[in-house]
Amino acid sequence: MPGKVVTVTSGKGGVGKTTATANIAAAMALKNQKVVCIDADIGLRNLDVVLGLENRIVYDLVDVIEGRCRLRQAMIRDKRLPELYLIPAAQTRDKSAVSPSDMVRLCNELKPEFDWVLIDSPAGIERGFRNAIAAADIIVVVTNPEVSAVRDADRIIGLIEAEEKGPAQLIINRIKPDMVKKGDMLSPDDVLELLAVELLGLIPEDETVITSTNRGVPVVIDGKSRAGRAFRNISQRLLGERVPFASIEESGGLFNQIGRIFRKGGG
Amino acid sequence: MAGFFDRLLSREPKSAYQAKERMKLVLVHDRSNLSPQALEQLKDELIEVISRHVNIDTQGMRVEITKEGREQRLIADIPIKTLAKRRMG
Ligand SMILES: Nc1ncnc2c1ncn2[C@@H]1O[C@H](COP(=O)(O)OP(=O)(O)OP(=O)(O)O)[C@@H](O)[C@H]1O
Ligand SMILES: [Mg+2]
Repeated sequence: MPGKVVTVTSGKGGVGKTTATANIAAAMALKNQKVVCIDADIGLRNLDVVLGLENRIVYDLVDVIEGRCRLRQAMIRDKRLPELYLIPAAQTRDKSAVSPSDMVRLCNELKPEFDWVLIDSPAGIERGFRNAIAAADIIVVVTNPEVSAVRDADRIIGLIEAEEKGPAQLIINRIKPDMVKKGDMLSPDDVLELLAVELLGLIPEDETVITSTNRGVPVVIDGKSRAGRAFRNISQRLLGERVPFASIEESGGLFNQIGRIFRKGGG
Repeated sequence: MAGFFDRLLSREPKSAYQAKERMKLVLVHDRSNLSPQALEQLKDELIEVISRHVNIDTQGMRVEITKEGREQRLIADIPIKTLAKRRMG
């Protein structure tokens, strides 16, 4: 069976796409899936440092597309995990170096060999976004529970629908349960009601994301991290397992709400 | 004194509630690409056209965008003045 292409995107920048891509990929690799990540944020390469692979780059995505190297040569293997590879973004070029049909061709070459192709998209609605979604089987939109991120997520979800690439699946990242409890942060229920989209995962704000990113180690490897667990749950859902949202956390108010969403959504 | 400010603050709706209410409106207009002003103008033009054919109750008229999931609908609810009503009123 050929692999699936999952694109992780957002309207607003800085909401956690690269973090999500790296951790979903690592969680899948931990489940013995064969995974390759593509950093499609050309000119703003980041997935390499988040994964801790920055010192091993020789060739990049644009080198592959322009034929300066073979595909294999641009794929960096993460030696800490069974089968995780990265195709890094070019740092000195811009998005016009790649076209949507280049991405489709590349993914068609990767799909027979991998279970999953994960694409880290740049933020926004420009060329880079079109490149990143061109080959996608599944599009994941990341947002934060905050007005501008939600508004921009709505724009992106609308564009994904217009391109007939939907329905998009939503990750709400950086949730602060205490603020939600006090009525000072949009709850997952609120965001889902506003965006009317399928839920893929809920990630708490968690300092272990920052410390593990500092080290270049995906947070899913940390068995105690709450965010790590939430990312592992997301990868399991993508693998077709039913993971109730209620089981993410045992602590307090927010997670009672998540239980409710889960029942309401029926899955 | 602190009690006074506490009471004052607690009377203000929670910020998450305000965020949600504001976003509901913003998203309706973003998705339809129709601003509140444009919607008003559309309403005026509807009145003009429809009044040419039938006598309508412009006071009781409603023109609004409703949504179901991500689908939006422009709903115009326009009461027609009946002959009986006109005679009485
Ligand atoms: N759940 C979380 N808890 C704490 N910090 C987080 C969380 N998710 C992301 N971050 C931090 O937020 C910052 C932005 O994350 P990231 O780089 O993944 O966003 P992005 O959407 O890829 O940004 P860009 O649009 O610039 O590509 C990073 O410093 C990251 O460590
Ligand atoms: Mg990024």
